[in-house]
Amino acid sequence: MGLIAAFGAPIFLPFMTTQIAFLWMMVVFALCWDIMGGQMGYNSFGNIFFFGIGAYVCAVIQRDSGLDWYVAFFLGFGAAAILGVLCAAILGAGILGLRGQYFAICTLGLGIAGGEIASGWDYIGAGSGLSPPLFPGALGMREMFFNYLFLTLALVCFFTLKRVYSGRFGLAINAIRDDEDKAEAMGLRTTRYKIVAWCISAFFVAMCGAAAGNMIGFIDPRDVAFAGVTFGVWMVLMAILGGKGTLWGPVLGALVFHITQELFWTYLLGWQRVALGLLIVVIVVFFPTGILGWLRERRTMSTSGGSEQ
Amino acid sequence: MEGLSIFIEQPVRLLQIIVDGILVGSVFALSAYGLALVWGVMKIINIAQGEFVMLGGYVAILIADAGYSPLLGVPLAAMILFCVGWVLYRLVIFRVVDRDLFISILATFGLSILLQQLANQVFGADVRTAESGLVTMSFLDGNITISQIKLLSFFLAFALGGGLWLFLRSSQLGQAIRATAQNARAARIMGIDTNSVYAVTYGLNAAICGAAGALVAMTWVIHPYLGLTYTVRSFMIVVVAGLGNLMGVILAGLGLGTAENIAGFVLGAEYQAAFVFSLLVVILVWRNWRLGLQRRYLK
Amino acid sequence: MTALLEVRGVSKRFGGVVANANVSLNVPEGAIIGLIGPNGSGKTTLFSSIVGQHAIDSGSILFQGNEISKLRVSEIARSGLLRTFQQTRIYGQMDCMRNMLISTPDTSAGLLSMLSRHSAEEQEEAERLLDFVGLYEKRFLMAGDLSFGQQKLLEFAMALMNKPKILLLDEPTAGINPTLINGLIDRLKRANKEIGITLFVIEHNMRVIMNLADHIYCLAHGEILADGSPEAIKDDRRVIEAYLGAS
Repeated sequence: MGLIAAFGAPIFLPFMTTQIAFLWMMVVFALCWDIMGGQMGYNSFGNIFFFGIGAYVCAVIQRDSGLDWYVAFFLGFGAAAILGVLCAAILGAGILGLRGQYFAICTLGLGIAGGEIASGWDYIGAGSGLSPPLFPGALGMREMFFNYLFLTLALVCFFTLKRVYSGRFGLAINAIRDDEDKAEAMGLRTTRYKIVAWCISAFFVAMCGAAAGNMIGFIDPRDVAFAGVTFGVWMVLMAILGGKGTLWGPVLGALVFHITQELFWTYLLGWQRVALGLLIVVIVVFFPTGILGWLRERRTMSTSGGSEQ
Repeated sequence: MEGLSIFIEQPVRLLQIIVDGILVGSVFALSAYGLALVWGVMKIINIAQGEFVMLGGYVAILIADAGYSPLLGVPLAAMILFCVGWVLYRLVIFRVVDRDLFISILATFGLSILLQQLANQVFGADVRTAESGLVTMSFLDGNITISQIKLLSFFLAFALGGGLWLFLRSSQLGQAIRATAQNARAARIMGIDTNSVYAVTYGLNAAICGAAGALVAMTWVIHPYLGLTYTVRSFMIVVVAGLGNLMGVILAGLGLGTAENIAGFVLGAEYQAAFVFSLLVVILVWRNWRLGLQRRYLK
Repeated sequence: MTALLEVRGVSKRFGGVVANANVSLNVPEGAIIGLIGPNGSGKTTLFSSIVGQHAIDSGSILFQGNEISKLRVSEIARSGLLRTFQQTRIYGQMDCMRNMLISTPDTSAGLLSMLSRHSAEEQEEAERLLDFVGLYEKRFLMAGDLSFGQQKLLEFAMALMNKPKILLLDEPTAGINPTLINGLIDRLKRANKEIGITLFVIEHNMRVIMNLADHIYCLAHGEILADGSPEAIKDDRRVIEAYLGAS
């Protein structure tokens, strides 16, 4: 049922196709953050780094390859994923050794550094940004194409994570979250699991970057590619809002957040970012377990009528 | 990287950059001191640190706009920001003090975004500065120039930091703060109202940052988005120096100012922010790796 | 019998405090060795040194003839040397079965094995061990919701699941209901005799350690005070004085 609604959405609401496409992208963002933060306990502020990498890699390949648009795009799309994973593996070797708040702030630095470095690098357009080649097709076709691309990405991501969480990997990253020292003391190769988790995250997020760069049509180093204070923080927020550490939590959180954000933008305009900052504080302080957590608490409170000890 | 060759041909340029770096580094050290204070007492990493600096800067700018000397901004920003910090504690921060450290990071991050965007809406995104009306002095046949305001700001930064240090050492409230930092539960048992202590501490931190911001407004520039860079600088300084090490904070602050200035010159001004954030990553990874050799990790 | 674990002249200090001073001992394969001493004598510190939780200042630690004092915790654990914690550590947000399943040896963590679901044999083994410690009925409860004593048993079962060659137990009976202690001693002995795990046990409960151990070392003020059979240690004047005199 849900799938039909998902696939049908842009047909019924053609004027909102871009927003719907972004919705699927947000779902991927939230899910990918949740592997690190919710399932593994490694709260990252820098996953946006891979988004930026993906956006630029794809755009550069599209710009320089001289091939047909579709070929160049899918080449760039694939390269984005590969490079994203490579970066995660190399950076992860050092950064994933950090714990808790040091990891969080280090990744914050990473995300913003990406934007700053990109702003100065002429090969990729420096501060003026980069524009991938225009989508060949009628007006409206572009949004449709990317909408279904993002939807596919979201579905693949969801089911990949579902499969991966049900195996040893899921148990391992949960163990790392619950007590990393204990996991190490039991012989678990924690470094390996941590890096693989970040690589999975980077894989999907980089592809999002590649696609988003083309859908938006313009890649600005600070506001689009390495948008640490917008997309970067939203990833965290959505997963927490829905309920971190679950599969459906991030999806739900992405949905609610995206709708809320669109409403903010429509009605508050300039003040939407202020409202967003406020929203972060409210969610973090009052609803740290998210919507799913809140529902679960309501349910246990209503079913356990008597005392139980 | 033509910058490097200039150093060899004209070493005096290097000296100028180092001097400027040390002067600006004093403000970094001040902000780092505040961060370390809140971290040590309340076990919170205040991501909104830079925003307090930014707001303090705007206080000085508003005063300058109103026709008064922005130097008045230093004490005024301190007082206003103290109130802001105190209120923020009573409204928000007290709810995240005893919880997961990540919650406090996320909450103060939210505050940071809130304040940043608020400033953007109210003051506009333009870069502003506050003219102090002081002159520039020159030394060594005009090869080294030091603006008086930067020199004054340097000494004021030390004065403010020293004042805070004295306050913490000798006043009764200061001792209550230090007692709470060492053992909050014991302090409570001894009758200290730790919640009030926390509120005052957070307010003091905001005040220190506000004063620092006023100094920045006069010696440099202010814009709504400079907050995060200051927060990251403060964090780096504290990580390098260690929480209880005031001398370390001072040295690291001056060192960071110098390093940044040199990097800005060698790599180009557009890469200065990139340098700061990349340095954060490098310092953390390197520090942790060193600890790892002794089977430890950054806690 | 060759010594499975050999500690030679290990010293460790924390700032100005000397926790271990020139400690040497042997744990032969298949034995149950006890480590006793008054509070603050450095027993847990020694354990932490052996498993790799912190660096030692001097000395050497040999496990199966190999030097392990510079290896990482997880490497040492994978080579067959495991420990349980005094404060009992388990994975609180997972149920008992999952705690057990993730405790299987992580020898081949290749990408494919990460995806694999746990085999039926592993599930059966987990159930068998949970039954061995008496937690079978509670196997789907969240580990964090168990009582302290039950968590201790879970931790023990998890350790067994990891198929160690030697298990370092830090006060296994502390906080356990006295009526259940005999059961625990029995299980420890069975683990040693039937499964063949060498045990190195820190204990405060004299009755337990005298009953359990083949050989006992006594630590006081960070140094080995005495060692010998339970009967010898029981009557050793120095040991008695160390306990009585300890503040």
